[in-house]
Amino acid sequence: MSKIKMPVEKSHIMMFARSIGDANPKYYEEKDEDVIAPPTFIQSSAQYDPDYFLRPKIGGDNWFGSGKEATGMKSSGSGSGGGGAAMGLHAEQHYEYHQPLKVGDVISAEVKPGKTWEKESKRAGKLKFSESVTEYRNQEGELIITATSVGVVTEKPVEN
Amino acid sequence: MLKKNEIKVGDTYSEKIVEDLKRTQIVQYAGASGDYNPLHSDDKFTKEIAGYPGVFAHGMLSMGMTGKMLTNFVGDGTLKKFGVRFTNQVWPGDSLESTATIIDIKEEDGETLAEIVIETKNQDGATVITGSAIAKVG
Repeated sequence: MSKIKMPVEKSHIMMFARSIGDANPKYYEEKDEDVIAPPTFIQSSAQYDPDYFLRPKIGGDNWFGSGKEATGMKSSGSGSGGGGAAMGLHAEQHYEYHQPLKVGDVISAEVKPGKTWEKESKRAGKLKFSESVTEYRNQEGELIITATSVGVVTEKPVEN
Repeated sequence: MLKKNEIKVGDTYSEKIVEDLKRTQIVQYAGASGDYNPLHSDDKFTKEIAGYPGVFAHGMLSMGMTGKMLTNFVGDGTLKKFGVRFTNQVWPGDSLESTATIIDIKEEDGETLAEIVIETKNQDGATVITGSAIAKVG
């Protein structure tokens, strides 16, 4: 389980707000007061997870995205190959807000595995769902957000 | 913040949350959120390894844009809950419209709360997100 310690910074909120096209002027003004982070901003705590698997590691050579080859993952030569990690998709995301997330907060996270289940689908074959629950607390240990994420690994790419 | 005497069950709020989604915006979201899954920026990988026609948006980008509609509707810092299911992928070029509908207004522990259902659709009318939220009302 990764140790996350995330300082909530104004510039990070600004970049995040730009990326979702949120023009709320509070995210772009100079002052930090009264800035409450966008409701999904906590997702960017991934930036502060030293082991986050969806970020190439400095000096690491096993990133699964393309370079010279379509994937940098060293395949074992059989089975699903390098695509395995990428077949995971996000199925559901739920947040419960206990207190507003504000600039200046320092957030730590504790991740707990949740339920797992399977389902058959027409568009993507067998679906394996897994849930994780993350509790985000501030520097005082107060619970700020509880996030429940459901991931799905599909047997084949989703038909569109 | 929504005002108790200005809202009623059945009220809706809609917003166009993106028009002709650009690949660059998906890259912006990757950079800001830290989710660098190649499915969202690496066409070669996405086609040849993952087997999709091309890169597509992070579910969390669609949720983030839907959340922008929601905070524009209910105000900053009023949400108690916000949850979604991702029902279809969102592709570069898509235009999305998101709608919130108040389905209940109730008193709970001295607070007035609005219960809201959310739907985000693409330009073909396909639903890409269904969800719900609870917001404090003034």
